Amino acid sequence: MKEPVMNNQHMDTVNYNRKINFAWLFKMALRDSRRNRSRLLLFISSIVFGIGALVAIYSFKYNIQNDINDQAATLIGADLTITGNKVPDAKLKALIDPLGNERSQERSFASMIYFTKNKGTRLVQVRALEGNFPYYGTLETVPLQAGTNFKKGKYALVDKTLMLQFNAKVNDSIKVGNITFVIAGLLNKAPGQTGISSGIAPVVYIPLRYLEQTGLAKLGSRITYSYFYKLKRNQNVSKLVKKLEPKLDKDGFNYETIETRKENTGRAFADLSRFLSLVGFIALLLGCVGVASAINIYIREKIQSIAIMRCMGVKASEAFLIYLIQITGIGLIGSFAGALLGSGIQHLLPLVLKDFLPITISVGISWMAVWQGILLGIIISVLFALLPLISIRNISPLNTLRLSVDDITTIKDPLRWMVYLLVLLFITSFSYLQLDSWMGAGIFTIGIAIAFLILTAIAWLLIRFTRLLVMSSWSYIWRQGFANLYRPNNQTIILTVSIGLSTAFICTLFLIQQLLIGQVTLSTGANQSNMILFDIQSPQEKAVANLTRKQGLPILSQVPIITMRIDKVNGKTATDVKKDTTLRISPRVFTYEYRVTYRDSLTSSEKITSGSWIGKSEPGKEIPVSAEERFAERAKVKIGDKLLFNVQGIMMSAYVSSIRKVNWNKISTNFQIVFPTGVLEDAPQFHVLLTHVPSNAVSAKFQQIVVQQFPNVSIIDLGLVLNVLDELLNKIGYVIKFMSGFSIITGIIVLISSVRISKYQRIQESVLLRTLGASRKQIFAITALEYLFLGALSALTGIVIAIGSSWLLAKYNFDMPYNVSLLPVGIIFIVITLLTVIIGLLNSRGILNKPPLEILRSNT
Amino acid sequence: METILNIQNLNKTYKSAGRVLTVLDDINFSIGTGSTNAIVGPSGSGKTTLLGLCAGLDSASSGIVELNGIGLGNLGEDKRAQVRNQYVGFIFQNFQLLPTLTALENVMVPLELRGEKNIKARSQDLLDKVGLADRGHHYPAQLSGGEQQRVSLARAFSNSPKILFADEPTGNLDAETSEKVVKLIFDLNREAGTTLVLVTHDLELAAKTHRIIKIKGGKLVADERTGNE
Repeated sequence: MKEPVMNNQHMDTVNYNRKINFAWLFKMALRDSRRNRSRLLLFISSIVFGIGALVAIYSFKYNIQNDINDQAATLIGADLTITGNKVPDAKLKALIDPLGNERSQERSFASMIYFTKNKGTRLVQVRALEGNFPYYGTLETVPLQAGTNFKKGKYALVDKTLMLQFNAKVNDSIKVGNITFVIAGLLNKAPGQTGISSGIAPVVYIPLRYLEQTGLAKLGSRITYSYFYKLKRNQNVSKLVKKLEPKLDKDGFNYETIETRKENTGRAFADLSRFLSLVGFIALLLGCVGVASAINIYIREKIQSIAIMRCMGVKASEAFLIYLIQITGIGLIGSFAGALLGSGIQHLLPLVLKDFLPITISVGISWMAVWQGILLGIIISVLFALLPLISIRNISPLNTLRLSVDDITTIKDPLRWMVYLLVLLFITSFSYLQLDSWMGAGIFTIGIAIAFLILTAIAWLLIRFTRLLVMSSWSYIWRQGFANLYRPNNQTIILTVSIGLSTAFICTLFLIQQLLIGQVTLSTGANQSNMILFDIQSPQEKAVANLTRKQGLPILSQVPIITMRIDKVNGKTATDVKKDTTLRISPRVFTYEYRVTYRDSLTSSEKITSGSWIGKSEPGKEIPVSAEERFAERAKVKIGDKLLFNVQGIMMSAYVSSIRKVNWNKISTNFQIVFPTGVLEDAPQFHVLLTHVPSNAVSAKFQQIVVQQFPNVSIIDLGLVLNVLDELLNKIGYVIKFMSGFSIITGIIVLISSVRISKYQRIQESVLLRTLGASRKQIFAITALEYLFLGALSALTGIVIAIGSSWLLAKYNFDMPYNVSLLPVGIIFIVITLLTVIIGLLNSRGILNKPPLEILRSNT
Repeated sequence: METILNIQNLNKTYKSAGRVLTVLDDINFSIGTGSTNAIVGPSGSGKTTLLGLCAGLDSASSGIVELNGIGLGNLGEDKRAQVRNQYVGFIFQNFQLLPTLTALENVMVPLELRGEKNIKARSQDLLDKVGLADRGHHYPAQLSGGEQQRVSLARAFSNSPKILFADEPTGNLDAETSEKVVKLIFDLNREAGTTLVLVTHDLELAAKTHRIIKIKGGKLVADERTGNE
């Protein structure tokens, strides 16, 4: 046989360095997506709600920032406010009196008022005002002029909720202490006031010049003294407050300027938006699970197409780029849709949150938020699709000749590990941006990684164990249903991880919400106090107690209260602590005004944890005090440490003789610091009395009598407070539910897309089974069993993870006792399992209802 | 006759369940430009593996594969892809058309990859030659098996390959359609002066080529001229 001769002279040269033709790659990406666009959109829809939630929150955040900047002056109502709990001394007075162009002053305190027409009484925040405050914004009243006219005589402005509650009208009368005022107008809003704050402590404005006559401003009354200044236009406020600060600090006075209010309000909203963003981020992370699992299956189905392209000369990098372009494009569409949704939803956020906000929120498209959302959407789509995408590089053209059994995802691939690292980095950095703490971000990321690993391990074990468990004696349907969990192309790991993570996220949110709400639901049993009388002056103490008893009401507790501050902790002042951060003493320890009592024994809600309780002070010896354990932690004090108290001007040195654990949840008079008897008896003090009123009628009658006989005594009806709290909690619960809604919707979409993609894996064999004679009922049962088992196991694992994570959050983040109510958790389990089965069966319906040939042809 | 494909001491082994499985054992042959050749053998004899190695779809465990003077053994997968794009055409038993591309687009892909001009008209011409001028806008799922294989033929010739590899090109077709497709393959091959290497069970089809290479148990057992020169 004559052999051919190799003639290299006729050889052509191969252009190995062909440049990547991006236009062609785009064209191929578009062509290749043609028959899969609806599926790709379903996959990417899992990020739409996450992006939507974040864009809404970001828009809200940016709009709020702008609004705070625009409205900061009306929040404070003046250029400078100075506030303290006492009358400024002569030196301070000389310093602050000449400030500004215009000046106003206010005394505010809690007091009972009495509606003369219907004899109703209520604890309110009385504000006795003099001057033209507010200088920015107005006291919003009906009628409009009442805001300024009420200062002309014995007139009052009364909060609108109070007016409604007592069915009061303008020109009706109220009694504040000894004086009767005519209601000049209904107060809609005062500077800096929120809907919630007016619900808890409704405001009544009266002219300052009548305060003395009310008889409420006596020694021992807890009055806040505020001074408002309108400064000259060109005056440098920060320079001025810098000069005032040392003296104000020394005298225990605070100041606020438009700038500081801007910062404080901004900080408060940063906390709110941080919490909301984290909830949004959870929705987005759920979406990421959806993207990753969907693209994984998508690429597996594309192996043959990619192998064909590789056969024709497409480079690995080009094949990778074709699908990267496709995923980026779809991600872009998803992100645009999310941004659109988010911009729409942000209109709802102010409605949900308006009661918490002291400003008028403007709603408008925040382009910054929109671009951030779109960018985030693209990053997420690409990042979480990268794992399956990089495996494209390993698809051999040999797949065109025979279906390769090679695993395209190799664990040794360094790029794969780089992507894992990138994903971890992304989650950590993004959670850092939301939480503003590396520690928190690290814990959050590790938590998610652990959840992911647990679910993967459970799925892996399931695959191994089912293989061993399935018995040949079982009926065919059971064997086939269970075998689907471990046979090639099974969906066990992906479905377990995505359903499990969705369940874990949703269930954690739910459990934490339940705990938070449960934490503040106070019980009001028959023997528990539900009415508190305070501001009882020492000479009134016995008379008030007698009056209470005369009304047939029990005295559950009666304690004296003395207000004081701490000047030194172990010889260190606030200034020392500011300078030396290694002391780690909270600065709040020095700024807080302590309400302290003295007694010779412990109450039932207290327990000594270290040291020993000393109930009586020995004359001439150092004073032993008992510190509550959380206070001791903040002040970094232990047994024997020294505290210097400033008791309304008199310095008093004491040492910590015991540390107590206090059950703060019990409604009783609890204290951070308790003095022994024999020290504070002569100090200016007021008394608190706790009683239990059996009904609203008794409560109203008792309050009327007390207010008439002791106008300075204030009464808190806990029933009323509980109503307000309940309303507040409902609103908070609504906000949490509203935000969790995004996670839940995303979870369901991920579930639908996860189960839906598994349909494509099952089509061939279901059709084959039907061809071989399996009835629709049998295939239905096989599918139901597979999804029932997958759904139940994933939901259960997710719930266990949620219980673990919510326990950790409760213990370390919220510092509250933990319990799980089994009923709602059981409902979550049943709903997720059923949802998996229903979606699984709905997806298989198409296969069951059509002749096998039709499906075989359509899948050619 | 010049050589287009040169195979020397070719071996291919796989590791399976901890032991080494030899699929091809010391294969040697050369193929001349413009010739038609058939690789035949029973199922599992290694003929498809041999085709994959010759076409640069896989790399050998040892030995030399030279295609148009280029040693494929030293090239990475991406460089082999370039060689395939420039010199090789493929026809598969199960057609292997891209399901999301129309018939015309499937034919255009190899030319687009090379960045050539006037692609659409040339591809349309090729579809015309295989008798599918009016089916260019149809997707593979809308075509019969025979039509799909004809699109596959048009695609295989679109980049004017020097060598055409066909893996059981009639394996999925009925007798009548097979006959038409085989005629087309040989006609187009002759017209373009392409070298043809086909893997088949069908001895009748093999007999239409110039040369039959027989493989059994991974070894070359016979290399015969058919007399169809």
